[in-house]
Formats: sequence, C-alpha cells, structure tokens
Amino acid sequence: MAVGTIWAVVEPSSGGAATNGLELLRGARELTSTIGAVTFGDASGAAETLGDHGASTVLTVDTGNAMAGVPVAAAIAAAVEARGADGPTAILLPQTYEGRDIAGRLSVALDAPVLANVVGLEERDGRLVAEHAVFGGSTIVKAAFTTDRVQLFVVRPKTFVAEGGAGGAGAVEALPIPDTGRPGATTVVARHAEERIGPKLDEAPVVVSGGRGLGDKERFAMIEELARLLKGAPGASRAIVDAGWVPYSYQVGQTGKTVKPNVYLAVGISGATQHMVGMKGAKKIIAINKDREAPIFGIADLGVVGDVNKVVPKLIDALKSR
Amino acid sequence: MHVAVCVKQIPDPAAPGRLDPETKTLVREGKFVMDDSDSYGVEMALQLVQAAGGGAVTAISMAPNNEIKGVKDALAMGADSAIVVSDPALKGSDALSTARVLAAAVTRAGDGAGPVDLVVTATESTDGYTGTTPVQLAALLDLPAVTFVKKVVCDGSKVTVERQTDEGYDEVESTLPALVTVTAGVVEPRYPSFKAIMAAKNKPCHVVGLADLGLDASQVGFAGARQEITEVLAAEERKGGDIVEDDGDAHLRIVSYLESLKVI
Ligand SMILES: Cc1cc2nc3c(=O)[nH]c(=O)nc-3n(C[C@H](O)[C@H](O)[C@H](O)COP(=O)(O)OP(=O)(O)OC[C@H]3O[C@@H](n4cnc5c(N)ncnc54)[C@H](O)[C@@H]3O)c2cc1C
Repeated sequence: MAVGTIWAVVEPSSGGAATNGLELLRGARELTSTIGAVTFGDASGAAETLGDHGASTVLTVDTGNAMAGVPVAAAIAAAVEARGADGPTAILLPQTYEGRDIAGRLSVALDAPVLANVVGLEERDGRLVAEHAVFGGSTIVKAAFTTDRVQLFVVRPKTFVAEGGAGGAGAVEALPIPDTGRPGATTVVARHAEERIGPKLDEAPVVVSGGRGLGDKERFAMIEELARLLKGAPGASRAIVDAGWVPYSYQVGQTGKTVKPNVYLAVGISGATQHMVGMKGAKKIIAINKDREAPIFGIADLGVVGDVNKVVPKLIDALKSR
Repeated sequence: MHVAVCVKQIPDPAAPGRLDPETKTLVREGKFVMDDSDSYGVEMALQLVQAAGGGAVTAISMAPNNEIKGVKDALAMGADSAIVVSDPALKGSDALSTARVLAAAVTRAGDGAGPVDLVVTATESTDGYTGTTPVQLAALLDLPAVTFVKKVVCDGSKVTVERQTDEGYDEVESTLPALVTVTAGVVEPRYPSFKAIMAAKNKPCHVVGLADLGLDASQVGFAGARQEITEVLAAEERKGGDIVEDDGDAHLRIVSYLESLKVI
C-alpha cells in the first residue's frame, strides 16, 4: 500500500474547478489519503470544493496571461524537486488542451516518461498500473512504469466519477514559478467564446452527434436544434471535423472527447471503432442511419434505419409541438 | 523563413491493428504512408513559407527501419528536403524518447538550411496518439509551444495564433522560434500533382542514424521507454437492442423512447 502522495492537476472551468479535475481527485482517493490539487486560474479559488472532493492541500500557480503549460509545469517541477522524498510519487493530469501541455513540459523537466490516454488506475503490489482502451475499446492494455521517477499519468476525462463529501477546505499554498525563459514567452491576448448555449459536451446528460451522413455542413443545424430541444450538447464524428464543418472541440471519439451521457444520439454516423470508444459508455444509445449494416446498430439500444433528412426534421417538429 | 514539419510514417490506418504477442507493442508493418494528421501541418508549413515570401520547409521523421515512403508524400506536397532518423534501436520508443530524437533532427535541420523559425506538428499521431510528443519536443528545444492551433500568422520575430479551446478559441502571441501543433481540418491539404510526385524523387532525403545525431541507444527504444505493458485483456462488449425501419413514423418511436427514459 505504499502509493504515497498523489497530486492531481485541476484546471479552471466556468469560474471554478473543472469537473475533470474533480474526477482525478476521486481517482486519487481510491489509491491514497494524501492528495494535493495543483490549480491555476479560477480553480485556485475553489479550495472548499477541492477539499470536499478529497484534496488535503491546494497548490496554486498564478499563471497570469501566459498559456498555462509552461508556468504550471515549471512550478510543479520545482516543487517536486524541493520536496524530495516528501513530494508526490504520482501526478495525475487531465487529457485536455492544458493538461497535455503541462504533462509534456513536466516530463522533460523531471526526465519522467508519461502514460497517456489512461482510462483506469489501480494499485498492484505497491505500484500503480494504468488501464488503456485500444483498438476502439475492444482491448484493454495495462501498463506501469519501470522507473522510480515521479509517475505521470494523463487521464481521459470521465474515467472516474467526481464525488464530494471527502472533507473540509484544503490548505492553500502558493507554488512559486521559477524563471521560465524563452518557452514562457507566450501571451494570451484575447479569449473568444463561441456563442454556445446549453451544457458542455462532456458534461451534458444528452449528446446529439452528427456525422457524414448529414450530407453537408448546413445540415449540422439540425443536430444543434435537436440538441437544444433535448437540453443536450451537439457533438460530431471526426469525418465532419476533418471536413471543416464543425470545430475540433465537437469531436467525440478516440482522438476527441469521451462522453458518458444518459442518452447519446448518433445521426448519420457509421460507428467506426474510433468513434465508438468515445461514446460506448453512454447509458442509452439511439442511432439513425440509412444503412442497416452500419456498425453503430451493433451497440444501439434503439436503431432507426432511415434517412436523416426525413427522420430528423419530423423528430424536431414532434419535439417542438410538445 | 525555415519551417520544420514533423511527419510520422504509419501503417495503413484502416488496417486492423494488433499487438506483438512478445513485446505487446503495436505491430507496425505493411506499406507505410504519411499520417493523415500530418498533412495539415505540411500544408500549413508550405503556406507560411509562401506568405513569408520564401524560405524552406524541412520534413522531419523517425523510423526504426529506413522507412521513407511516408516522407516522400510530404516532399511531393512541396517540402524541400527531409531528414529521417532511422535506427533499429528506435523500435519501442515512447513519446519522450521520440521527442528526444526529433529534437536532434530539428537541430540538424537548422544546421543545414539555416535556423529553424517554426516547428510544426500534428496534435497527436493516428496510430499512437499519446499526444505529448510535440510539447516534449518544444521543451527539449527550449521553445515556446502553442498547441491545437487553427490559424497561424507569422510577422517577423513573432507569431500570432488562434488556439482551439473548449469555449471557442484563444488568440495567443509568441516569440519566434516556436512550435505549433495543428488541428486536423483547419487547412485543405493539397493533392500532389503527378509532376510533383516525380520531382519528390530527386529532393534531398537524408537518412541518419542515432550516432550521427550524437544520441545513445540506451536513451531510446524499449530501453528508454521506462514503462512496460503488464497485461492485455478483452474489453466487455456492449449489446445492441431494437432496430426499426423508418416507415415514415420512426421519429415517434424515438419520442416514446425518450419519454420512457424521462429525457422529455
Ligand atoms: C487513429 C484514428 C483515430 C480516429 N479518431 C476518431 C475520433 O476520435 N472520432 C471519430 O468520430 N472518428 C475517428 N476516426 C475516424 C473514424 O475511423 C471514421 O472515419 C469516422 O468516425 C467516420 O465518421 P462518420 O461516421 O461521420 O462517417 P462515415 O463512416 O462516412 O459514415 C457516414 C454514415 O452515414 C450514413 N448515411 C449516409 N447518408 C445518410 C442519410 N441520408 N441518412 C442516414 N444515414 C446516412 C452512412 O450509411 C454511413 O454509415 C479515427 C480514425 C483513426 C484511424
């Protein structure tokens, strides 16, 4: 049981701590009782929430207007080195834009390898073993480090379920940022939020995703409308992200987001293994596809063999008239 | 302007993958192609050099087995030359070792065609998708990095970038030299003409070994990865349910199903 201290990187989201960070704290709780949350931005003000989710200490990094990756990694690396044997044995990072930036920098600063795309963590004979879903989720590969360096795990959101009730507010400690030199020379000059109403893709109870079967970019409006009517979030297959119909942030799957909504609607999506690995965890799946042989029907709880241009407009009208 | 673009050569991504029963790593065999995700980086590199009024694009790749087919794809698109690091010892390399090798190759590119102003990579490879190599590469080169980039404008010594975020995008400024990772779908990769494919055959493609770059075999490959696969198992399967043909009223089935789930 010698897992030691675990740190989890918790990024900011909508004025507080991101859910994917709280999920990491839950994962850490299953493994150890000494947990530090490393925060930046608005997440630093969430000591109470973080404590409630299991963090005994909250280590804050003031990144200002810099991109988070370099300063956060530099602060963590300095703190790890200063603490020596009292420092963390493992650091969990979310597989997100910032989480990956921090992981890459940290790996070089600490000369520590990284295990990414982690979908489960367990302790086996005193060492941490990470689970990875490969080949579209049909195979699980477990891997562990063979070095005594700090273990860096980049964990896919939705791997653990966030849960409060673990304790009081964490003790806050500011981590100084050492001089970051040339790599630190990035400044966020403006943030642009796209008009998006409704819940976030990876937190929405309902996700409606569109694929190439929609036929053209304009028809993605049907997906947005359907998502709005179901108080859900619109998502997409990679085919239409690569085609430039919607931004990358909509992508569900191996190289996009993992979603675990109560209901997932796949509209004009074939069900490639790389797509399914990102949505197979949904409680219920509804698929609309004109090809009866489409693999998506193999995992759909309700499959409709039909033309999206016929079924979806009628579905929208029926929902509107309720 | 000199842009170095990293290009991974991978087996046909449509072919079903399998693990080597002994090493438990991905079997990489068959005909190799340039990773599609890298075609966006190559296209962006070409456009940036053109916008700058000239310069060079160097394709950088690493392969355990003298593979250059995928790099030829980048040369056919318009890259001027390529450096391929090839060494049997590279087999089994993890993300950090890969970054170490690519860093040495980018440095070599700078010795050849003049200092590198910008390194361009994909956000992650199609076959390995660890997604940390680009930033590790930037760290090893002591460069700033802007990841998940949709748009890049270079202006002398600085670069302005639109970076994808969950909410929309950030406008980020960085000094040059720098590294950017390009999101798929943000530019339209060009199709090489027959003439360009033929011309690519005569473009310089330098294949170098680890020793040429001053790297040691213990830093890369299985030895350098410092991680091991402990177990491989089959995942639980999910079963399908009702399938109905649309007779004009299938939408009502969906409505009643959503009602039964209390979504509406
Ligand atoms: C390494 C790797 C990573 C990948 N990562 C991802 C990922 O993260 N996410 C992802 O989604 N994909 C990913 N992919 C791509 C994936 O393999 C598929 O190419 C992609 O998911 C296909 O998208 P699609 O279902 O929209 O398109 P298609 O496969 O072209 O399917 C379109 C479907 O629409 C149906 N259709 C057509 N017209 C109609 C109509 N009028 N009405 C009803 N149905 C219609 C067709 O029957 C077909 O089934 C990855 C691939 C690789 C190799």
